[in-house]
Amino acid sequence: MPKIFVARRIFQEALDMIAKEGQVEVWPDEIPPARDVLLQKVADVDGLLSLLTDKVDAELMDAAPKLKVISQIAVGYENIDVAEATKRRIPVGYTPGVLTNTTADMAFALLMAAARRLVEGAEAVKSGMWKTWHPLHFLGQDIHGATLGILGMGRIGLEMAKRAHGFGMTILYHDVVRRPLDEEKKYGIIYQPLDTVLRKSDFISVHVNLIPETYHLIGKRELTLMKPTAVLINAARGPVIDPKALYHALKNKVINAAGLDVTDPEPIPFDDPLISLDNCIIVPHIASASVATRLRMSTMAADNLINGLKGKRMVNCVNPEVYQS
Amino acid sequence: MPVARPKAFITRLLPQEALDIVSCEADLEVWPNKYPPPPQILRQKVFEVEGILTNIMDRVDQALLDAAPRLRVVSQLAAGLDNIDLAAATNRHIPVGYTPGVVSAVTADHTFALLLAAAHRVSESERWLRKGKWEIAFHPLFWLGSEVHHSRLGIVGMGKIGMEVAKRARGFDMDILYHSRTPKPEAEATYSAIYTDFSTLLESSDFVTLHVPLTSETRHLIGKEELRIMKPTAILVNTARGPVVDPQALHQALNKGWIAGAALDVTDPEPILPDDPLLTLENLVVTPHLGSATVTTRKRMAILAAQNLVAGLKDERLPSCANFEAYTEYEGK
Repeated sequence: MPKIFVARRIFQEALDMIAKEGQVEVWPDEIPPARDVLLQKVADVDGLLSLLTDKVDAELMDAAPKLKVISQIAVGYENIDVAEATKRRIPVGYTPGVLTNTTADMAFALLMAAARRLVEGAEAVKSGMWKTWHPLHFLGQDIHGATLGILGMGRIGLEMAKRAHGFGMTILYHDVVRRPLDEEKKYGIIYQPLDTVLRKSDFISVHVNLIPETYHLIGKRELTLMKPTAVLINAARGPVIDPKALYHALKNKVINAAGLDVTDPEPIPFDDPLISLDNCIIVPHIASASVATRLRMSTMAADNLINGLKGKRMVNCVNPEVYQS
Repeated sequence: MPVARPKAFITRLLPQEALDIVSCEADLEVWPNKYPPPPQILRQKVFEVEGILTNIMDRVDQALLDAAPRLRVVSQLAAGLDNIDLAAATNRHIPVGYTPGVVSAVTADHTFALLLAAAHRVSESERWLRKGKWEIAFHPLFWLGSEVHHSRLGIVGMGKIGMEVAKRARGFDMDILYHSRTPKPEAEATYSAIYTDFSTLLESSDFVTLHVPLTSETRHLIGKEELRIMKPTAILVNTARGPVVDPQALHQALNKGWIAGAALDVTDPEPILPDDPLLTLENLVVTPHLGSATVTTRKRMAILAAQNLVAGLKDERLPSCANFEAYTEYEGK
């Protein structure tokens, strides 16, 4: 019977699926297994179900000579050395698609919360500071009719565009690859050079993968190009934004506000200056955190794992070239 | 022959553009404090003015109108008029101005901001993170919220704001149910909204949002019985008026898990008292009546309220009047 290590508790439905196929060990703690523990755990396993916080590199694969499949429960996989896995003909599974809508919802939630100073307002109420109504208190920004700039027009970017239309927003975008014209028309999106998107948008939402080219995609230069009233949203990956440049931009009102679901590093340290700012909303990487989405992610990762163990082609594979003979 | 300029009292500081409109036509006094003028002061102030510009915190009742013999116009900086005795004003032929229309889109925006924040636990997780509690980067079972996309939204009251909320909901692929005094064919044609009776809406919606004015019929429209029949996973959003929801029943519902969460921009009383038990609940988010709180909208509202005030002072028809009946006697002449 194959052995499987699942690096964190996931939904029982998914664990039940896996348990039918092999002998499962689930890491019970909330904190990820320490490196040396992880290396021990994978020593005799056939399958590994991993998370973004588990580094899966050549060393780990060396420590796991029987490893036949890596199944990542996430749409990103920057913690995995995919080339190394491919070299060893180990298929790597991931969970795209299922979290597109939910992530777009969260990005929009952050956009709206930042624009309308929702967290600041809620905090004032909670701490008993709401004493009266005044026409000039807590003024935020209009979302309806504003211009939204989307950087990275992938699946999540398109869903953002769809939501933005309900608010009568104008949508500009930039990406390395331009979308076909019929799609631009369907989603009402306007392609522009990066700097134009930065200059003209009231809201800028980042939806790119983390790759060397997108590391610090938003730095001092980009922040300076934005409107002083601009709101920046990041529900992609923390390192896409230079956190020091962002802090200075928010502190000195180079831009108006930011809403972040991701930080660099993660978790963001308690003494990080970004946390001290009222105009920066930070939530703990929960864009895909809904019961339904996490359940779908769990069962998809279980399905990928099982197919890998059985030597069948997995549906959502990062490196399908392993299947070429 | 020089004509005496009319006098006006404005109960709170407004954007300068609006004050300028009034000062062209009248001698104005602006209440400078952030707190409203106390009732006895307000009564003194209105004694000598022809026009007042009020907001939701100022009570304009019979007694106040009796104390204002020269008053010719009340201009309210809001879409709602529940602080004003409209019938009493009409009886005295005093037109009452208000600012609907300009607040619809912005209130719908805030409604959606609250809905999304409650569903995705934005405020709760933000506060937790700010306290330094984010120690584990990621866990598949932490902070699970509810999905907004493809869920069912129940809109109670399909007026201007309800329609704007429906428009936004379509971008999230939500199904829309609505209940209103009269069916709204436009909502059905444009946003595929489906008219249902009130209890069906409550029983089958994932999100219930209230967009009714506060009247004697809508006071405690959402009480124990209504909360009991909502889904245990449902989230209630109120950006209308506080008393539309029975606060004690809401506390019970949130505490006992009859519903999953609530988001309020309005409370009863308002402001909510700091020791109100509702504020101890983690599954409730409350903002301090920010429905129309954006720079552009407040400016637009203030300008419209100023125009209403000036029109009243000049005995012209108000651009946006809540009681055109106040004019009937003059028109009959």
